[in-house]
Amino acid sequence: MAAAAGSGSSSSSPDVFLVAVSGQIESGQFPEFDDLYCKFCFVYGQDWVPTAGLEEGISQITSKSDAANSTLVWNFPIDITFKSTNPSGWPQIVVSVYGPDFFGNDVVRGYGAVHVPIIPGRHIRTIPMFVPESTSRLQKFTSWFTGRRPEFTDPRVVAQGEGREVTRVRSQGFVTISFNVVTKDMKKLGYEVTPSDMQNHSLVSVTEGIHNY
Amino acid sequence: MDCSEESRMIIMEDFLDEDAAQVERLKRTLTAHRHRRRKPLREADGAPELSPPPPPPPEGSRASMAAAPPPRGLPPVPSASRTGFAEFSVRERMREKLKAARSKAESTLLQQDPGPQRRHLKSIREEKKRVRLEKESDKDEFREMQEDESRISSKVNFRDSAKNLKQKPPIQNNFPSAEEAYNFFTFDFDSEAERVKAGARKRNELNREEEEAEAEDVETHEEGQEEEEETDEDVHLVKDDDLFVLGQTAQDILVMKPAEYESYSEQLQKEKEFLFIPSMQAVPASQKIPGNMQPRYLEDEGLYTGERPFVSPSNLNILENRILRQEQGKEWFGDDGKILALPNPIKQSLTRPPIFSLEEGIEPELETLYRKAIKVTSANQYLVGPGDFQGPFQLDIDILGLIFTHHPCFSREHVLAAKLAQLYDQYLARKQKNLTTLLTDKLHALRNAVQGSVDGGDAAVPKPVAQQSIPEYKIEIRQTRRLRDAEQEKDRTLLKTIIKAWKEMKSLRDFQKFTNTPMKLYLRKEEVNRRLDEKAYEAEIQAEINELLEEYMEEYEKKMEEYKTELQEWKSWNKAQKSKKKKKKKDLREEEESVDDCGPGEEPVKPIPPKMVGSLEIEQQVREKADNFRRKPGEPILIPELVLSGSITPSELCPRAEVLRREDVKKRSSFIKVLFNSKEVSRTVTRPISSDFRVHFGQIFNLQIFNWPESLKLQIYETVGIGSTTLLAEVFIPIPETTVLTGSAPIEEIEFSSNQRVMLDHEGVGSGVSFSFEADGSNRMTLMTSGKVSNSVSWAVGEKGVPLIPPVSQQNTGIASALKNIDAIASIGTSGLTDMKKLAKWAAEAKLDPNDPNNAALMQLITVATSGEAHVPDFFRLEQLQQEFNFVSEEELNRSKRFRLLQLRNAEVAEFRNYKQVPLHEREISEKLFQDYEKRLCERDVIDSKHYLDAHRAIVANYLQKVRESVINRFLVAKHHFLLSDLVNEEEIPSLGILGLSIFKLAEPRRPLKPRRRERKKVTAQNLSDGDIKLLVNIIRAYDIPVRKPGSKLQQPSRQSRSFNEMFAASPSAQSPGENIDWVFNQVSVRPFVEVSFQRTVCRTTTAEGPNPNWNEELELPFRAPNGDYSTHSLQSVKDEVFINLFDEVLHDVGEDDPERGGGIHTRVERHWLGYIKIPFTTIYFQARIDGTFKVDIPPVLLGYSKEKNLGNDRGYDSVRNLSEGSYITLFITIEPQLVPGESVREKMNEMLKKFDTQEDEKLLQAAEKYEAECTSKFPSRQCRTTVIDLSGKSVFITRYIKPLNPPEELLDAHPNSSQTAAELVARYVALIPFLPDSVSFAGICDLWSTSDQFLNLLAGDEEEHAVLLCNYFLGMGKKAWLVIGNAIPEGATAYVLTLEKNQYAIWNPSTGCFYGQFDTFCPLQNVYCLISGDNIWFNIQEYDSPVRINFDISKPKLWKSFFSRSLPYPGLCSVQPEELIYQHSDKAAVVELQGRIEKILKEKIMEWRPRHLTRWNRYCTSTLRHFLPLLEQNHGKDVEDDHQAELQKQLGDYRVSGFPIHMPFSEVRPLIEAVHSTGVHTIDVSNVEFALAVYVHAYPQNVLSVWIYIASLVRNR
Repeated sequence: MAAAAGSGSSSSSPDVFLVAVSGQIESGQFPEFDDLYCKFCFVYGQDWVPTAGLEEGISQITSKSDAANSTLVWNFPIDITFKSTNPSGWPQIVVSVYGPDFFGNDVVRGYGAVHVPIIPGRHIRTIPMFVPESTSRLQKFTSWFTGRRPEFTDPRVVAQGEGREVTRVRSQGFVTISFNVVTKDMKKLGYEVTPSDMQNHSLVSVTEGIHNY
Repeated sequence: MDCSEESRMIIMEDFLDEDAAQVERLKRTLTAHRHRRRKPLREADGAPELSPPPPPPPEGSRASMAAAPPPRGLPPVPSASRTGFAEFSVRERMREKLKAARSKAESTLLQQDPGPQRRHLKSIREEKKRVRLEKESDKDEFREMQEDESRISSKVNFRDSAKNLKQKPPIQNNFPSAEEAYNFFTFDFDSEAERVKAGARKRNELNREEEEAEAEDVETHEEGQEEEEETDEDVHLVKDDDLFVLGQTAQDILVMKPAEYESYSEQLQKEKEFLFIPSMQAVPASQKIPGNMQPRYLEDEGLYTGERPFVSPSNLNILENRILRQEQGKEWFGDDGKILALPNPIKQSLTRPPIFSLEEGIEPELETLYRKAIKVTSANQYLVGPGDFQGPFQLDIDILGLIFTHHPCFSREHVLAAKLAQLYDQYLARKQKNLTTLLTDKLHALRNAVQGSVDGGDAAVPKPVAQQSIPEYKIEIRQTRRLRDAEQEKDRTLLKTIIKAWKEMKSLRDFQKFTNTPMKLYLRKEEVNRRLDEKAYEAEIQAEINELLEEYMEEYEKKMEEYKTELQEWKSWNKAQKSKKKKKKKDLREEEESVDDCGPGEEPVKPIPPKMVGSLEIEQQVREKADNFRRKPGEPILIPELVLSGSITPSELCPRAEVLRREDVKKRSSFIKVLFNSKEVSRTVTRPISSDFRVHFGQIFNLQIFNWPESLKLQIYETVGIGSTTLLAEVFIPIPETTVLTGSAPIEEIEFSSNQRVMLDHEGVGSGVSFSFEADGSNRMTLMTSGKVSNSVSWAVGEKGVPLIPPVSQQNTGIASALKNIDAIASIGTSGLTDMKKLAKWAAEAKLDPNDPNNAALMQLITVATSGEAHVPDFFRLEQLQQEFNFVSEEELNRSKRFRLLQLRNAEVAEFRNYKQVPLHEREISEKLFQDYEKRLCERDVIDSKHYLDAHRAIVANYLQKVRESVINRFLVAKHHFLLSDLVNEEEIPSLGILGLSIFKLAEPRRPLKPRRRERKKVTAQNLSDGDIKLLVNIIRAYDIPVRKPGSKLQQPSRQSRSFNEMFAASPSAQSPGENIDWVFNQVSVRPFVEVSFQRTVCRTTTAEGPNPNWNEELELPFRAPNGDYSTHSLQSVKDEVFINLFDEVLHDVGEDDPERGGGIHTRVERHWLGYIKIPFTTIYFQARIDGTFKVDIPPVLLGYSKEKNLGNDRGYDSVRNLSEGSYITLFITIEPQLVPGESVREKMNEMLKKFDTQEDEKLLQAAEKYEAECTSKFPSRQCRTTVIDLSGKSVFITRYIKPLNPPEELLDAHPNSSQTAAELVARYVALIPFLPDSVSFAGICDLWSTSDQFLNLLAGDEEEHAVLLCNYFLGMGKKAWLVIGNAIPEGATAYVLTLEKNQYAIWNPSTGCFYGQFDTFCPLQNVYCLISGDNIWFNIQEYDSPVRINFDISKPKLWKSFFSRSLPYPGLCSVQPEELIYQHSDKAAVVELQGRIEKILKEKIMEWRPRHLTRWNRYCTSTLRHFLPLLEQNHGKDVEDDHQAELQKQLGDYRVSGFPIHMPFSEVRPLIEAVHSTGVHTIDVSNVEFALAVYVHAYPQNVLSVWIYIASLVRNR
């Protein structure tokens, strides 16, 4: 793969473009829960291939502290490089958070997904998290009692729109992820992601910052 | 306290220390000498005293505070600059002190109870005081300190900032000017005062910091306190000074101070200085406009000014006053003296409808109020805004009343009265027109004219002209006279009729002795002057006579003229006739001709001279006429007058019938409905019909309308009593002209009539009923109810006298919308847009503002259009911008390979479904990529017989392919249809039992002594990739493997050997004759090994010894999903099969063959194929594991091998063995990790297929569902089938498939006496139909059941079809047969056939044709779930489901749960199967040809597989084999005659032969090739090897073909 990428860069018009994503799953806000850990994985289209880095990961368990109220800090690094021939199916990061419930069973506390930012630079994303709801009150009670809450068959479900109409979810909290995105050869291949008047990336981050508040 | 807060505090302290230091300095400078100087100065200032440097106004103080430490902020910037000049040592000490003070303060605070806030506040104040005191003590210590020079600069700084603050307030006030302020502040003492104040504030800050650190919530109070302090700054100043003074003398002081008071007037005065109250008076325009300029009104100049937003005038004035106060305030005003403003941006209409929450307990202000319905204009798509909206328009409909001209309740008198009234009306009308007089006058005039011209009195008129006009006049006179006569006649008859009617009425009144109507006719006589009258009469008559005479004369003359000419003609003709007669005598011939000529011709009659009319005659005529139609001279002129003054006989005096009638009339009432556009909009009140049959309403209805009315209609209703209401008639009212406005509208009477038929039993005459006035009933007449409605319809006039009429332009267009100047499209319709004239007209009408930029485009268009230059397109495009949004042009999209690839992938076309990494560049996509796809598309309809060698099969394959495609398409749709269970894993609600069990589980030990086996974790297929899945094959042992023939050293098959085949346990004992004992002991053992091949990977076990080897080895084979797609449906459609081949390893000692080699021992390893098992991957996938003993598929003849009983060793087992034939192998196959079989998909598909229509009865389906649910709840592992899906996708009840059917006659005829053999033959026939599993062809989604005739036509099907056909055949043969739904090895869920033969049950495998007894241990059927017959379904509810352990007696309801029972009897479902199967005879010639072609292909293939070797064919052997094959077929591969075998041996004595026949049903060539290839016969690499290959195809009816391939390799022995 590296060879392919290399050959692409050497010739005048490359065959693929590369998107390198680094960053961290910084923190989460789950007001009612504690001792959570998170998993992440990337979901991407058929034209995408990860060339380096980890596609999936699982973090440590973190507890809330008195200092930073209601924030669970993971600071779990992400580092992955994709190559692709088609922006369709742009990678998404799917985060799922788990933690023990009242009885100590490991239950899911939230699913969420967000696209990797397409603009190079530093971005902070806050993903709202949700979990599927039980289909009935009784189910809800039994699932609470048995500690087997409804879960998605595959966390990747949250990255796709298909079939979601059959589910009901409840929002649970937020996870904040920072991304550092570097792209290569996108422009050469005719994909312009940076508006021409916004070459200054500090501006971008400022607006991002505003967006987050 | 937060740590961050802590750190902040530390920084703060730092800064505060500095402040403190400054404060100290300030105080020091202040206290001793300066404070006294201040007072005199203040007094000296005198007047300005009122405006002392405004003790910084609240804002100012805030600002300065912001410059100083902000309440909670970070240390301010200036701190850094100050550190430079602050003395560090001093600061250190200061800090120490301060800290001490602070800690002390804190400790005291801590000691205090955290009481209520008020107390707390107090304590703070106290504290402050204390701190101050401490400060002072500090100050004492530092008194000696010198002032620093640098301090001055800081002072100046402060001063400047203060100055800046001062400059800000408005200058208009009588505040001190900047200069003054500067002077004021530059005085030293004052700055000191400021300082002190600042210092005090600083201390406040300090306190506040502490306080905040402790409790933040006091802040608001603090704020208040602060403000309070600031309001009386002066006092503070003084106080501080005093304090400091006192501070010198004493340590603890108590300050007494009087209560503060400020008088109201003083306050007002102060306020006056600060406050400005703008006046509400209008500002004169002159003030607002720069001097010497006249206001300019842009609108008047024709510039567009929008509508300004509304501001109330008083507010506007206030605003203007305020602005004018400001500097440059005039800039805010425009040229017209108004405040600059943009046009009103607010939309008048609601863009969002108000949201009403229907929840209870809403707040009162949110409660909804009832409002009358308003026409929400925005609802109309054409309307832009209500500002432009002109409606509603108004139509006033005035309904005055109703007059019946006939009514059922009319009495006879009424009828006459109505008639009379009608006649009278007619008379009046005629009188008004007065035609008679008019015509008479005209006549006179004409006569005079004629007279005049005849006399020639008028010289002006030239003679000839006058002469010419006379006849014209005369004609005119005649016509006029005729008209006048007619009119006169009418007048006279009318008068007569009136009189007659009146007379009738009078007589009727006399007759009936009462009067009903007030009608009276007076005839007024007008006396005339008799003489004059007579004279005129005579003159008239004379004139007429003259005229008539003249007329007649003229006529006479004319006629005379005619007569003369005619006479002349006649005479001449007569003459000619006479001369002819003379000629006749001369020439006979001619005579003849002439007779011929005129003989039959018309003989001219002698004309009769016209008669002269006598003048007397005429006179008489005229007089007669005049008598008839004209008033006689002297006769008075009669003028009828109808009055309603008559008296009506009161009811008491009337006869009973009349009383009844009158009462009936009183009961009747009437009302009118007003219908607008055929919708009732209002109705009049119901009014009784008066005795004179008039109804007065006098109601005016105002219709508010939006559209131009389409129709206006009145409906007249009559009600009788309280009873029925009948519609009498409908009257359409013409829609008034736009000029007809309320007030000027005439009242119109519209007649109506009804066709209702009413018969009454009283005096009333009824309607539609004939009646007569005569006593004898003659002269009958029939009248219908009729009448007149008097009404007036007009357009209302609005407030300003504007008529409320919808625009006229709307009238003709069908859509009448009440808008005019809003939107061009709305008002003139889209078609109008292209019609420029219309548009221009509309623009003119709507009074468009040509200057409004909104209209610019339109105006331009109109100007261009009216000038006639524009080209208007004659089409209308909805989305003009679509082009812009197209990604690329259509052609490019189609041309591009990349886009095509992407599109195909998106459409999930099979070839591209999982295509990864579509190249970015066009050039990287090779054309080859599409070739397969295109080929498939092309060949879809082309039947290619190359691969099938049989046209029929090719067609079938094609058909199947299509079915498959359609099913796959359906599946793709279903794949995108998700169920909750697909997305969310949710635990089922545990039943009570499970719940209890789980509670019980809580108590069980954590680590039980006997651990249970845990299920392997199942893996969902989708997150797998290549190499993750492995196929584990555990080969345990095998039984009864054929052994090598003993016999000769050369391993030739010996003729003494027993028959090769023992497929059936027909005569095992017979085949162990005594002679065999000879070789039992010296038999050559077999060295078998097993080779497993799957997806081109081959693994083998070690070699074991003997016919019952034991390997117990685990082989691991990797699994790769097609296209790397590990989704469930992809795995389900994997077509790969696991081949388990059994080989014999033969060691040849080469040395033996080749003695020259001498010393060493060379051996050659040969492998001989013995048999195989194939298991489809899908079976493993669905079953999760395959565990059991399977029969090895061994060819019927294995040259060189024999399957023998190990008589010597295993005698004990013989009894068991004897039941079985063939070899068996025990296997265990599974997939690692265990995959979750995609049952959900299958269910979903079924679910979806259920949605397809079904012809089954709804009740039956419900019952079926219930039955299935019941069964599965009891035995979840047992599959219960009640409905299946047929080829067209419909659900069909399963029993409909079972029906006795006739097997081919040929098969029955072959063994007429043995039903057993016939059954076997039939089973074999069924088994010969190629097997095509649905799960592979239809991607494991659904199971389609075809009927038997479809099956036979398709010649392909899976177990179910085979089983159904076999079952039907058995039923047709008179056997008792059932379809068994169960589970078998290795095929999984399957269908078998159960028959009852002589009190014994037999289980038939339809796909092999084998049968097993119920207690056969090697029966592949493992579980029996349900039995199906033609009329019922039985579900197995026994404890066990293995056929060996169950009872097949379906009559026992405890063992078998039947679907149709007493509660639900069998409704007699008709079968889906045909009545009879018709079989085609196979074409023998075609079969022979096929045989040849197969042989050729196979030979070519074998040569192909041996590219490096020469492949020699032994023709001799081949022909021998060819003879051998039909025998095999004949005996079904069982009992091969030894002769042929012997013959083969004899003929090929020199060869070492190894080979075998392969038997297969024929579907296509590929499987045959595969089968040959898998035997590995071609792999032999002995140099002098020869091959023999023979093919035999046996044709059964309906083109079922049985193919035998005999393949052998021959090695010549030396």
